[in-house]
Amino acid sequence: MSFLPDRELHHLGVAELGRAMQARQVSSVEVALHLLTQLAAQTQPLGAFLATSAELTLAQARLADATLARGEGGPLTGVPVAHKDIFATSFPASGLPTTAGSKILAGYQSPFDATVVARLGSGERAGEAGAGMVTLGKLNCDEFAMGSANENSAYGPVKNPWDLQRVPGGSSGGSAAAVAARLVPAATGTDTGGSIRQPASFCGITGIKPTYGVCSRYGMVAFASSLDQAGPMARSAEDCALLLSAMSGFDERDSTSAERPPQDFHAQMLLPREGASAGRPLAGLRIGLPREFFPAALAADVNGAVRGALAELERLGATLVDVSLPRTELSIPVYYIIAPAEASSNLSRFDGVKFGHRAAQYTDLMDMYKKTRAEGFGAEVKRRIMIGAYVLSHGYYDAYYLQAQKLRRMIADDFQQCFKDCDLIAGPVAPTVAWKLGEQGDDPLQPYLADIFTLPASLAGLPGMSVPAGTGAHGMPVGLQLIGNYFTEATLLHAAHALQLATDFHTRTPNGL
Amino acid sequence: MPSTPALIRGFEVVIGLETHAQLSTVSKIFSGASTAFGAAPNTQACAVDLALPGTLPVMNRGAVERAIRLGLAVGARVAPLSIFARKNYFYPDLPKGYQISQYEIPVVQGGRVDFVLDGKARSVRMTRAHLEEDAGKSLHEGYQGQTGIDLNRAGTPLLEIVSEPDMRSSAEAVEYAKALHTLVVWLGICDGNMQEGSFRCDANVSVRRPGEALGTRREVKNLNSFRFLQQAIDFEVQWQIDRIEDGLAIEQATVLFNPDTGETRAMRSKEDAHDYRYFPDPDLPPLLIAPEWVERVRAAMPELPALMSARFQRDDGLPADDAAMMTQSQAFARYYELVRDGCGQPKLAANWLMGELSKRLNAEGLSIDAAPLPPDALAALIRRVADGTLSNNGARQVFDALWLGGSAGVDALIEAKGLKQMDDADALGRIVDEVIAANARSVEEFRAGKDKAFNALVGQVMKASKGKANPAQASELLRSRLG
Repeated sequence: MSFLPDRELHHLGVAELGRAMQARQVSSVEVALHLLTQLAAQTQPLGAFLATSAELTLAQARLADATLARGEGGPLTGVPVAHKDIFATSFPASGLPTTAGSKILAGYQSPFDATVVARLGSGERAGEAGAGMVTLGKLNCDEFAMGSANENSAYGPVKNPWDLQRVPGGSSGGSAAAVAARLVPAATGTDTGGSIRQPASFCGITGIKPTYGVCSRYGMVAFASSLDQAGPMARSAEDCALLLSAMSGFDERDSTSAERPPQDFHAQMLLPREGASAGRPLAGLRIGLPREFFPAALAADVNGAVRGALAELERLGATLVDVSLPRTELSIPVYYIIAPAEASSNLSRFDGVKFGHRAAQYTDLMDMYKKTRAEGFGAEVKRRIMIGAYVLSHGYYDAYYLQAQKLRRMIADDFQQCFKDCDLIAGPVAPTVAWKLGEQGDDPLQPYLADIFTLPASLAGLPGMSVPAGTGAHGMPVGLQLIGNYFTEATLLHAAHALQLATDFHTRTPNGL
Repeated sequence: MPSTPALIRGFEVVIGLETHAQLSTVSKIFSGASTAFGAAPNTQACAVDLALPGTLPVMNRGAVERAIRLGLAVGARVAPLSIFARKNYFYPDLPKGYQISQYEIPVVQGGRVDFVLDGKARSVRMTRAHLEEDAGKSLHEGYQGQTGIDLNRAGTPLLEIVSEPDMRSSAEAVEYAKALHTLVVWLGICDGNMQEGSFRCDANVSVRRPGEALGTRREVKNLNSFRFLQQAIDFEVQWQIDRIEDGLAIEQATVLFNPDTGETRAMRSKEDAHDYRYFPDPDLPPLLIAPEWVERVRAAMPELPALMSARFQRDDGLPADDAAMMTQSQAFARYYELVRDGCGQPKLAANWLMGELSKRLNAEGLSIDAAPLPPDALAALIRRVADGTLSNNGARQVFDALWLGGSAGVDALIEAKGLKQMDDADALGRIVDEVIAANARSVEEFRAGKDKAFNALVGQVMKASKGKANPAQASELLRSRLG
């Protein structure tokens, strides 16, 4: 029996649910059943979930309840989570396929769990405890995480719960929409060029892309290996901190994962700043505003919301300083050379030989490759494979790939210049609020240009967050982007948490919820 | 440095070799799967080897350590930072659609391999050696209209060792390859099994008239025996010269050698060469090798064959060729040293190892580790030869008995077979006297200056002594009596 009569279970966040379960006020099975029922009863499905398994979810929930009954478990034990379908989930343990939003992986069953999935769930190895979260299902995303509107999924678009005519952002669009629509308290996402921050912004939730190397990439279907990073998407900074603590940490199976001791981001987030007071929790915090993040062309509604949130931060004790990231615009061509280059190689394994889709009819090996890949990949994936193959090919490598790598280094250096004058950098996540489905037509460049504010931190490998900052045009959410220096996730979360304690942007819900 | 070239039909031959040595690690270069040869298809391929979505490579430090060993052995630079790159191409036995290899910055840079060719010291410069993974195998036989794929070999660690084009004949290329083979086995970094493909060569061959610029090369791939290496180069040289003499140009090409016909055949020409779209692998950080690591490897290195050979020449008085033979493998050298120490006769020990022992090992296809004759038994045998107890003929008989597993000691065998040479001067003297008395004609002929007659007399003494006489002693006695 639930002892939480004031609000329905789906409105509770991760921390609240965890506390209620620890206090035995609600069981994991109860919450799971509630969410599964709600999901099944949706009259206007968002397209956020690609797969669920009630049997699996309830089995995990029962296990969590048994753990809790023994007085064991932690703050996440029994709390539901859903995974972006870019994370491998094992079969038959999960019963959930891993598709990466692509036809070429339709029905693919992974023999192992991604490290992030295992750490949030039942643990990486037999006898090892994970965080004990309960998997609610797999979430829609742009095919191979390529896109910023979730219109590139082979399994159909995801709709923004704030306005079903609008996109949820991408590529973690299913994650953002599901969390915003209160279908699940938290979800995993991945961010290569903004794929956690931008959908979080479009859907009015909180998401953090940690420093490159903080979360293991093992078991994440690779898009661009030097940029891909996993992160949590939830309804508050506090919830994100709880998930990030469980997801992160060195993994010997990922050579690019950072060899650092495990972090309790939640505890670090709650530590008061030196010199802070109750009314001014951010006293002494210098927030840099790159002038390139506030161009004249920035949509007025976005500018207004972001400035409003910045004013709140100032009121909480932070100081705003002007800084410059002079190569912000260059981050677009740099990113759209490096990411497709890596993708063109990462996606070569989808050749019809070993797993996934294979063309039914073919005349020889080359024909099999061509038909399999022509049928299996969507238009945007093909476009990026072609761009990537082109920039890596003989005679073009130096002019494109090598130049892009040099600029990438300079962009990272620019940030270090900024961090001499500030502790955090702030700006908008995206130049506009969520646009309408199909609005961008056949012009592939428009969404690329809209990535301008998220790409620099991705290229530099820096942690970045999207924090709700109110609404803009059409009542659509606007996100405030916070970028920290390497491994300063706790500083980011602390600032976001302070803002959320003082404001209600993050608790606002789409109409009808 | 290139030697003065022996011309073939007026052309100078230029050869460079690329050798793939499979490194003897227990697990693969980027995964934990076993590298053992001969398992049922696809039973030794894990998720990483199969390139399942989400898998990532992790460098095997054992493979790096083996590369460092080679680098130190050939006096190369061990790069403190080297880079893994992706070589992109589609093939069914290449699961990721790219091979992880080192491209612009390899782990081993420079160095040289020394060897002896026709009694002369030779040296071939190394360009580089780099780490990479092997592909799987495509099985075209036994599948009607289909190709079988075995990914057991996928991800097996390879060291590709690239020489400069310093060789000027097929014989020199073979000697270089043999020296390199000896070295990698000696260092314990490769099992050297050529049938199983653990050591295979690609030969870059071109010809030119003396003084001209380098000719266009053709690359003969995948030669897995020294004989094929020699045959392939010889055929390729004749083919290229024929073509040039016919006024045709050589086109850069990759060719395959057919051992059945002894011919090479073009596989692909430069026009359809792949664009491999190399770029640094973002899944693997640069390979960093700290000086301390290099020193740890250096401290654990065995004495190198060249140094050991020099020591055998200097301390044991062995000729260069003998010393080279004694250092053909660590096991051979170890055996030699035990025999030498057991008998105190380095040259005799070397003779027995190169002669009777090698003959028997080769005849039975055994490695020296598997010789049924332990070194101390051979040493005991040589002691009895050296002190005159055994004739060479008798020694061979004892050797045979020991080889066949005779458990008795050398002295017991000599006794049992009655092979002890006569050391009783009086008894021998009586036999000599009898022989002189009974062979008056030979004695006469000898005195008339016929050496042949003397040999006949020695033979008679040996016969009368039933082979136990020491021939040198018998000759001496005869000469003094006939003086």
